[in-house]
Amino acid sequence: MNIQADYNFAYLDEQTKRMIRRAILKAIAIPGYQVPFSSREMPMPYGWGTGGVQVTASIIGPDDVLKVIDQGADDTTNAVSIRAFFAKVARVQTTTHTGEATIIQTRHRIPEEQLREGQTLVYQVPIPEPLRFLEPRETETRKMHALEEYGLMHVKLYEDIATHGHIATTYAYPVKVEGRYVMDPSPTPKFDNPKMHMSEALQLFGAGREKRIYAIPPFTDVVSLDFDDHPFEVQKFDKPCAICGAEAVYLDEVILDDRGKRMFVCSDTDNCESRQAAGHRGELSGMEAAQ
Amino acid sequence: MYVAVKGGETAINNAHKLLADRRRGDRDVAALTLSQIKEQLSLAVDRVMAEGSLYDRDLAALSIKQARGDIIEAVFLLRAYRTTLPRFGYSLPVDTGEMKIERRISATYKDLPGGQMLGPTFDYTHRLLDPELVEDEAAGEPETREPDAGHTQRVSYILANEGLIEGDGKNGHGAEVPGDITRTPTEFPMNRDERLQSLSRGDEGFLLSLAYSTQRGYARSHPFVGEIRIGEVDVEIEVPELGFSVPVGRVQVTECQMVNQFQGSAKVPPQFTRGYGLVFGQLERKAMAMSLCDRALRARELGEDIVAPAQDEEFVIAHADNVQATGFVEHLKLPHYVDFQAELGIVRQMRREYAERNDAVSEMIKEAAE
Repeated sequence: MNIQADYNFAYLDEQTKRMIRRAILKAIAIPGYQVPFSSREMPMPYGWGTGGVQVTASIIGPDDVLKVIDQGADDTTNAVSIRAFFAKVARVQTTTHTGEATIIQTRHRIPEEQLREGQTLVYQVPIPEPLRFLEPRETETRKMHALEEYGLMHVKLYEDIATHGHIATTYAYPVKVEGRYVMDPSPTPKFDNPKMHMSEALQLFGAGREKRIYAIPPFTDVVSLDFDDHPFEVQKFDKPCAICGAEAVYLDEVILDDRGKRMFVCSDTDNCESRQAAGHRGELSGMEAAQ
Repeated sequence: MYVAVKGGETAINNAHKLLADRRRGDRDVAALTLSQIKEQLSLAVDRVMAEGSLYDRDLAALSIKQARGDIIEAVFLLRAYRTTLPRFGYSLPVDTGEMKIERRISATYKDLPGGQMLGPTFDYTHRLLDPELVEDEAAGEPETREPDAGHTQRVSYILANEGLIEGDGKNGHGAEVPGDITRTPTEFPMNRDERLQSLSRGDEGFLLSLAYSTQRGYARSHPFVGEIRIGEVDVEIEVPELGFSVPVGRVQVTECQMVNQFQGSAKVPPQFTRGYGLVFGQLERKAMAMSLCDRALRARELGEDIVAPAQDEEFVIAHADNVQATGFVEHLKLPHYVDFQAELGIVRQMRREYAERNDAVSEMIKEAAE
């Protein structure tokens, strides 16, 4: 039995990387358009970020510094696992600091710290098709994109307003990219949508199981769908982060006991830690330190 | 507590250690060898090779061992390895007429050239637990005879002689270049060669249930098993430098030719149509299910009404792959608390608005009553 134990730099063979880079280039050339690519089986399961991992593997070089987050945190199990994967197969430097990273692979969040030119944000995408839950057939949705037929999406948002008084979509909130394609920002909370607009960083989206790659080049117009009388708005939290006191950031609700006591803390762990290091304190930071 | 989400790395390492321990089980029990798995769990090996799309008994046995007998996990292990292999080219079509047959049955003829041969089948066993297998029982030597040399005519040819059944058809790419679902992204509608590839690596359970649904009236196609044959076939590739083909090895396959009724149309006289199944190894159930699904999926091509799930190509093909399916279903156990927080927020807001509306209504009723 002969099992090859050594893998190519960043796991994928060079032909596969070339195929994926071509798809990425096409995606950048047509912002928001979903480019089919022949996604490979990866050594982690579909649904664990195989699309993002393939994109990262295709663009990463020995000099890159990689950060991986899941739910905004560097220390969630799957983020740890993917970071360890690239540390092993590409021997690249990894970091938890947003500012130091050249490539940031993410699931469900965009870092709070503003990304800058030269950085690339790689999103893990489960269902790339924003119209999928309105029309399950790929043959139909591709036609709808081709004809720019997005009425169905507006009807859905309108029905939300008619039923609930406001749009009830809170994550994976659809956006229109450069005035043309309606795009799924992956299941990030809509709180993060404005960060995609005119971002200095390149944003790449990889959906492994669904075999699609799409992109938002730097300085691209990204508009969350809304109505004149019901403008798009992001989530607001009543309190600042209990640990670092940050306001206007996305917070996680942490249950403290079985009597309904809870605290709200930063979802972006790096941002929270940097603020603490800079001396910022929240109302429960003393308690946290005491534990 | 908040701190509990930290330490993911240690948790993962410890989980892997515990997994290795549980996989090995009681150390007083001898470890399974790959040859034991290959020889004595050979149908599991076959299934893993078929759905893993890689004909390698050793690696399939290894993946079964590593997966603790979880077949879908084993398929995934094999696939993840397969995808790292370079593709040298494609073989010539295997000639199943030249198969070294171990089992061959036809339900449409009492007897036929080449004969009926039961082979190693469960079909007529009585499903009574056999206490002798508890220990290392001595198995008797099987009856064997010299295989018939050469060609064993396929049932489809017997019918084709009378023009009663459709021909083999052409692959959808014009030139004789087969599609490759592992190298090109899925696009619908698919050509039949790509569809057959997808079915051949599709989940046995999923295809079995869909095939069953066609028998129960959801796209009934009046099927007959024209023939099932199991045995080894030569795989040959063409070497451009030589100008002729050379065998590169033999693989065991199961082939099922389903014969289905077709009323005919304005262009075609009534004739039988075919559903086709071909899988690695001895996987009769899978080959039969595949051929029923193949036939059902030809509805569009044959101008039949598409009324049932088994006829719906996008539905069947997009959901037949168990590595994809298990990944996406199981990914729900990954953390989703950021999205859940967003949903919590909106549900709280909607409950607040609901309560305010109700209060306002009861206020109005009260005022009206006064």
